[in-house]
Amino acid sequence: MDKFIVTSSPHLHKKESVRRIMWTVNMSLLPAAVAGVFIFGAGAAWIMALCILSAIISEAVLQKLTHRKISVLDGSAFLTGLLLAFNLPARVPFWIPIAGSFFAIAIGKQVFGGLGQNIFNPALAGRAFLTASWPKYVTTFTAPFSCDATTCATPLTLLKEGPGLDHLSYMDLFLGKKGGCIGEVCILALLIGAAYLFYKKYITWHIPLSYIAATALVIWIFGGKPLFSGDWFFHILSGGLILGAFFMATDYVTSPLTGKGQIIFGAGCGLLTAVLRIWGGSAEGVSYAILMMNAATPVIDRFTANRVYGS
Amino acid sequence: MADKKNDRAFAELIKGIVRDNPTFVLALGLCPTLAVSVSMTNGLGMGIAATFVLLGSNIIISLIKKFIPPEIRIPCYIVVIATFVTIAEMALKAYSPALDRALGIYVPLIVVNCMVLGRAEAFASKNPVFYSIMDGIGMGIGFTLALLLISGIREFLGFGKIFNFLVIKGFDPVRMIGLPSGALLVIGLLLGFFNLLKNHNK
Repeated sequence: MDKFIVTSSPHLHKKESVRRIMWTVNMSLLPAAVAGVFIFGAGAAWIMALCILSAIISEAVLQKLTHRKISVLDGSAFLTGLLLAFNLPARVPFWIPIAGSFFAIAIGKQVFGGLGQNIFNPALAGRAFLTASWPKYVTTFTAPFSCDATTCATPLTLLKEGPGLDHLSYMDLFLGKKGGCIGEVCILALLIGAAYLFYKKYITWHIPLSYIAATALVIWIFGGKPLFSGDWFFHILSGGLILGAFFMATDYVTSPLTGKGQIIFGAGCGLLTAVLRIWGGSAEGVSYAILMMNAATPVIDRFTANRVYGS
Repeated sequence: MADKKNDRAFAELIKGIVRDNPTFVLALGLCPTLAVSVSMTNGLGMGIAATFVLLGSNIIISLIKKFIPPEIRIPCYIVVIATFVTIAEMALKAYSPALDRALGIYVPLIVVNCMVLGRAEAFASKNPVFYSIMDGIGMGIGFTLALLLISGIREFLGFGKIFNFLVIKGFDPVRMIGLPSGALLVIGLLLGFFNLLKNHNK
């Protein structure tokens, strides 16, 4: 820092910077990425590389065009690309990741003024765009451990459409032996990454815990035929809930600042996720739930702001 | 003297197309723009219908501006505008039922299109008939061109077609651009783009 800043004491210095935090989050997603490649094959790695590359190139080109400082190495475009890839099936046409990454960076982020200004989580904006534009590619999932690209429904889709789920044990769901997006299937790998972020104190318990608890509660009450009999544990382990709760709802820019606000935010995400899963048109609801609560973040921040001392 | 008149008439005509474009600069009449810009046929139909109403109401309001008491001028404008909208709607129903069905409620809603009322209030009620005609035609053309641009982008990207003809075979259209959210997105980006141009030319 080459600027001389005068402030009153006490002074605290922290080595954190945007770049450091972003790359740490990228690191924490590594186990899930490896698990995704292990489960779905090299195709998954190809999708991730495409997403990341096109996100970085889009960001650089847009920053060049708008005469802003080119900051592609701060890891935020890398993170957006990686998270978008985590939300895609392992076999999609090559232009899907490119279009999604471009939309995520251009419309989700740069239009608002770049990192720190965006209202919505860019990766989820990209995913919503892809789902609305080309649903048939984005919702056709490959079966795990299949070399010949057999398609396979996700556990949540199976549940929604009625056929039994007897062949899936909780252990399968936990380790990722199920159909789904690249990054969401292996809960174990995601939890390892999340534990690292907790250890580094980059995320707090407020959002993930209230998110998962609210989802589980609503599913438990309304998810089954009689009240209070929903299989909440199944719902926690399937779909993108863990990925969403630990890595996407906790995005600094688009979530509330205070602990109280974060609990409200997480509970809202959980309620919406459960509602969308039980009564919604599609099987999964995590991405739309987080996007909707992103839109509510400024309001939450306004009503939960810390009181200025003495006022 | 005649030259001067011609110059001003030309200026009134041309300002509606670029400098004071109703959609991109004045941001008037966005509601029908958002709703009907799904295909270029709809855009053109809506543009022509709105131009007709605008021209007619501009002429009549400019003619009777001396007799309208200022306190109740808005209801008077609305009555005039509604008359022309009814004519346009009946003509559409008689001669182009398919387009009428496609435009649906948005033809009667031209009554409350703020572009028509805005020009009546801001221009026709203060200027002679001749200039009001020029203003109406210019604004109408500007509105139609804006609609054609927006619906052209949306129809091409969202459905892969232009005027209902398939342009590229095997192109997987970006369905979202054809949905309502796509309309907001396209108009927002175009507004930003035209503001950028304006600031550049300053």
